[in-house]
Amino acid sequence: MKSLAELAKLREQMQSEVNLRHDSASDTRVVVGMATCGIAAGARPVLSAFVEEVSRRQLKNIMVTQTGCIGMCALEPIVEVTAPGQDKITYVKMTPEKVSKIVSDHLVNGIPVTEYTVGAQQ
Amino acid sequence: MMPEISLNILDVAQNSVAAGSMVTTIDIAADAAADRLTISIIDEGKGMTPEQVAQVTDPFYTTRTTRAVGLGVPFFKMAAELTGGRFDIKSAPGAGTTVTAEFGLSHIDRMPLGDIAGTFTALVGTAPELDFVLKYSADGRSFIADTREFREILGDVQLSEPQVLSFISEFIRENREECDAGASI
Repeated sequence: MKSLAELAKLREQMQSEVNLRHDSASDTRVVVGMATCGIAAGARPVLSAFVEEVSRRQLKNIMVTQTGCIGMCALEPIVEVTAPGQDKITYVKMTPEKVSKIVSDHLVNGIPVTEYTVGAQQ
Repeated sequence: MMPEISLNILDVAQNSVAAGSMVTTIDIAADAAADRLTISIIDEGKGMTPEQVAQVTDPFYTTRTTRAVGLGVPFFKMAAELTGGRFDIKSAPGAGTTVTAEFGLSHIDRMPLGDIAGTFTALVGTAPELDFVLKYSADGRSFIADTREFREILGDVQLSEPQVLSFISEFIRENREECDAGASI
């Protein structure tokens, strides 16, 4: 069973890295739409999948966060990825299964996964 | 409708975040003897006027200006009442809001509680500057997850770090399993 002692251990592991972190302006932002429409369509497992994948790969400078209704409820769950110096990419009808490809191709290698974007939905 | 109660909790707790609540408590208590699953979301946000409280369960009332429907609270209320339960909001301006939904635990129409660990980490990960408390009990066995306690241990390591969120998620999942002791909640 997980205990708080394990959290203290995790802190020790992570503390050395904390000092190396630079300002959040250089972070890649992953924003999940989490209004009622997004939640009902399955946004929470998508958010969890991003957090788990980023954690598993121990990626730095990636911020996974949420916003309200993005305005295209029929295309939820919607995820917007903004990498520094790049245009915002909007992924639609997201599932946890799509997350690992977006993390590896887009977040790590900087190449958006075109087939999951809103533009590919026409 | 939401497929699991934890999603209703996430949706309603986000209202607490929007209301400026510094500490939001999610209290879940399953009682097999009384055949009740009672869920409260207790916040220290700005609260509501009696008029707002009366309107908030109406799906065509919302504080949003982008469109005229607000389904979060009505969904939660309907889910509880479908199981022979009840729903209640206590609130006053400046005094925070407590939303309580009581479900019939063994009722055929009661949705499963679902992934409460996922709901909690979704809240913490997206509002790491705020505090959240999960109080969970099932037939007398209980545990608490409190971000203030986690924060104290973490020092200058942020709650929103993905590795920390993964820990919190596992912490809740394992403790809950122990409390549930095989019961399907």
